[in-house]
Amino acid sequence: MFRSPLLLALGLVGLTSAQAAPDPHDWEAVLDEARGQQVFWYAWAGEERINDYIQWTADRVAERYDITLTHVKLGDTAEAVSRVLAERQAGNDERGNVDLIWINGENFATMKANDLLFGPWSEQLPHYPLTDPENSPAVRYDWTIPVDGLEAPWSSSQVVFYYDTALVDDHPRSMPELLDWARANPGDFTYARVPNFLGNAFITQAMLELAEETAPFYAPVEESDFDALTAPLWEFLDALHPHLWRGGRAFPANSAELRRLMGDGEIAIGLSFSTTEASGAIANFELPETVRTYVHDGGMIGNLSFLAIPYNAQHKAGAMVVADFLLSPEAQARKQDPVIWGSGTVLAMERLEEDERARFAQIDLGIATLPPEALGELLGQPHPSWVDALEAAWQRRYVGQ
Amino acid sequence: MILRLVPPLIVLLLAGPILAGLLMALLPAFGYLPALGGDSLSLAPWRQLFDQPGIWRSMAVSFASGLATTAVSLAIVLLFLAAASGSRLDRWIRRLVSPLLSLPHAAAAFGLAFLIAPSGLLLRLVSPGLTGWERPPDLLIVQDPWGLSLMAGLILKEVPFLLLMSLAALPQLDPQRRLAMARSLGYRPTLAWFKVVAPALYPLIRLPVYAVIAYASSVVDVALILGPTLPPVLSVSILQWFNDPDLDRRFLASAGAILQLGLTASALLTWWGLERLGAWLMRGWIARGGRRRGEVPLRLAGRGLILLTTLTAFVGLASLALNSVAAFWRFPEAWPQGLTLQHWLRVLPQLADPLASTALIALGATLLALVLVLAALENEQRIGHRPSRALWLLYLPLIVPQIAFLFGLVVVMEYLGTRPHHGLVIFGHLLFVLPYVYLSLAEAYRRLDPRWSQLARTLGASPGSLFWRVRLPLLLAPILTASAVGLAVSIGQYLPTQLLGAGRITTVTTEAVALAAGGNRRIIGVWALVQASLPLVGFTLAVGLPRLLWSHRRGMRDTL
Repeated sequence: MFRSPLLLALGLVGLTSAQAAPDPHDWEAVLDEARGQQVFWYAWAGEERINDYIQWTADRVAERYDITLTHVKLGDTAEAVSRVLAERQAGNDERGNVDLIWINGENFATMKANDLLFGPWSEQLPHYPLTDPENSPAVRYDWTIPVDGLEAPWSSSQVVFYYDTALVDDHPRSMPELLDWARANPGDFTYARVPNFLGNAFITQAMLELAEETAPFYAPVEESDFDALTAPLWEFLDALHPHLWRGGRAFPANSAELRRLMGDGEIAIGLSFSTTEASGAIANFELPETVRTYVHDGGMIGNLSFLAIPYNAQHKAGAMVVADFLLSPEAQARKQDPVIWGSGTVLAMERLEEDERARFAQIDLGIATLPPEALGELLGQPHPSWVDALEAAWQRRYVGQ
Repeated sequence: MILRLVPPLIVLLLAGPILAGLLMALLPAFGYLPALGGDSLSLAPWRQLFDQPGIWRSMAVSFASGLATTAVSLAIVLLFLAAASGSRLDRWIRRLVSPLLSLPHAAAAFGLAFLIAPSGLLLRLVSPGLTGWERPPDLLIVQDPWGLSLMAGLILKEVPFLLLMSLAALPQLDPQRRLAMARSLGYRPTLAWFKVVAPALYPLIRLPVYAVIAYASSVVDVALILGPTLPPVLSVSILQWFNDPDLDRRFLASAGAILQLGLTASALLTWWGLERLGAWLMRGWIARGGRRRGEVPLRLAGRGLILLTTLTAFVGLASLALNSVAAFWRFPEAWPQGLTLQHWLRVLPQLADPLASTALIALGATLLALVLVLAALENEQRIGHRPSRALWLLYLPLIVPQIAFLFGLVVVMEYLGTRPHHGLVIFGHLLFVLPYVYLSLAEAYRRLDPRWSQLARTLGASPGSLFWRVRLPLLLAPILTASAVGLAVSIGQYLPTQLLGAGRITTVTTEAVALAAGGNRRIIGVWALVQASLPLVGFTLAVGLPRLLWSHRRGMRDTL
């Protein structure tokens, strides 16, 4: 295959360095190896604010660790998973294109089940203890799947609803109330199209709220009677859809389009996977200043998202250094600022030094953000197999009708 | 003689990847792809395909979009040519054709989307004044399930294409003499054009018309912006299956790609049938010999429709520009609450990489295409005959749906272990740039007055110096125009960049379409404007450079 001795030599160098995977226990060696590496970070890119934040990260790791961080922009994280799978099928076990993936839930489950992940490495990151892993199970379980050190926690999010106080007097506090409200205000509510993660989150939230007991949802779907357990959900959706925006014949593609509909005044209630999205959007002229956030009385689902390194990544050391930087109080506090991005931190405040805690306390959460104590109970994500089953059932029921 | 090798090389370059790509879609479509554990032939992918929710609807919309877009675009172009030739409108439209053609499909689609959406500019202008609406009406206009807005968006772009192709073909027919003859027999001008010029023109633009059918029935980027969603059109579904983390879906995607090929082929066949029908009806209409009836409505339609499409495209673009500097701007306000440069300042730092990639790929593909096309045309001159039979091969990349063979091509690349890089994307773009460069340059090259070369030969010029010192300088203007067309085609490519670049190579077009999902109109406005202005730079250079270079040669300036 190689056409010249030089290429051959380069190829050999590539092979040897890939075979000796960096050891996260020896952090100094990881830093040394990372120097000069170009890290390809495959991350969902549907939000300008997130892309800006990743660009900021790239500038920081370039000046501090001499790492060139390239954001490979994805419309769907599944594309990265499919690429790693395809590389393994093609026998590319050492020079993979993907160095770092922003991931959780279903995609993590797929990669872990197929042995596509490098590690364990995340528990050895210098900043990992700041997440207080002993006391926060969310850091150790990703949608009920044990993390096992294969991914580093990065971001926490919770679903919230937002509404325009200029158009809505009294917001609903549960799914049945939402249905009543939609009946009275046809065309003023919608959710993102399944299988977008925000759409999945909405139907999952409805499923959890409407079910009599939620325990079966935290075990694989094969162990329960899907039809019986989801019957209340479909009954609810069948009743809700005719009263949605566009009569439920079309849905916005994702959170950003949902936000635009809100900004244009097409809908009066929307939802988001970020507790600070509304405040950030007001600051960016995307939403009117009359928008506020609320949660349902029974709690809202939330989850953590993580950073994982594929087994065949070419720049594992660089990827680990980037992941550790993203876990630093500096990067986490910036991420939480609604004007920058507004995504929740995964760090435990009591584990931080005084001055680091101050960074977080100084953040102006904005007028539309609920204080942490008002966010209510956090409902855990069901087992990933439920999402697949829900997606397929939703499509079968509502596509092409 | 190396020149003689060029035509077969071009055929190989165009047909090779397409055939290889189709083969690698055909095998997995029947379950054969050993790398994914499919080592026996089966019909399972097809059963799975027809089991997809809404598949019939996807197919119907794709099929209808192919035929309706083409029929309406062709009608608008023919009506305009019949009704307005020689008028001031005619000259005005002719001047706008090139910039309109260079406007990327995605940018045109964004502009249209903002214009016609229920919260769009049109309804803002009349609300709440005429409608009484304080909030946007709950109407499903953009992304409607019938694909009407998709077709409208495609028509905006296909009209300039067919118009340019017609304008290039018309001089061969000597329409003025035909018209004068018909006029002397008492036919009103518009009717005369339809009865004596149109029947002769159609065969000359048949291939471009077929290319429009193929494009409209399999387009991806415009369908992502304007097309239906539950379910999407077939091509968009295929893209989603191909990107699914469940690799078994690749079999489904391959079957879908073959289905797309069949669907486009049947749309072409249906059109061919409609052609017969149209010809038969036309014959009857011409033979009846009516000289006046229908003249006025035809003329009004011819002028009105082209004005409508042109204005829509430009107003859409202008509204994108306004969006890119808008602060908060809620329905029903027709003007933003304030203007801000914030969106531009945000995007500017990220522009460098995509811009550099776009330029590198577009220049690379265009330069390669130009060298190949010039070599082929020069070869044709030297051996002295026109290889017109090979012409349909040039149309192969334009008639075979991109989505049908590009996936197979990606599989081939994965087999070869080729890593995504700019070279690969340039090669992918070449497939589409080459035909357009050839089509825009061939006629000018062949029609160059042969006496120039005869004169040069009598003065002792070798074939080489004849090419370098006579033909090339004389043809500078058409060569630059062809390059501008090539650049515009390359800049607008979405699918080849996305697939062959594996998402790692971003151009302004892939960025703009990726942001379409986001729906932030202000940022989209910035990207779409950048995307639309790049080809314009090319066209401006193509017009300006010869004037500058030949500023001291009056004779050359006149020929331009």
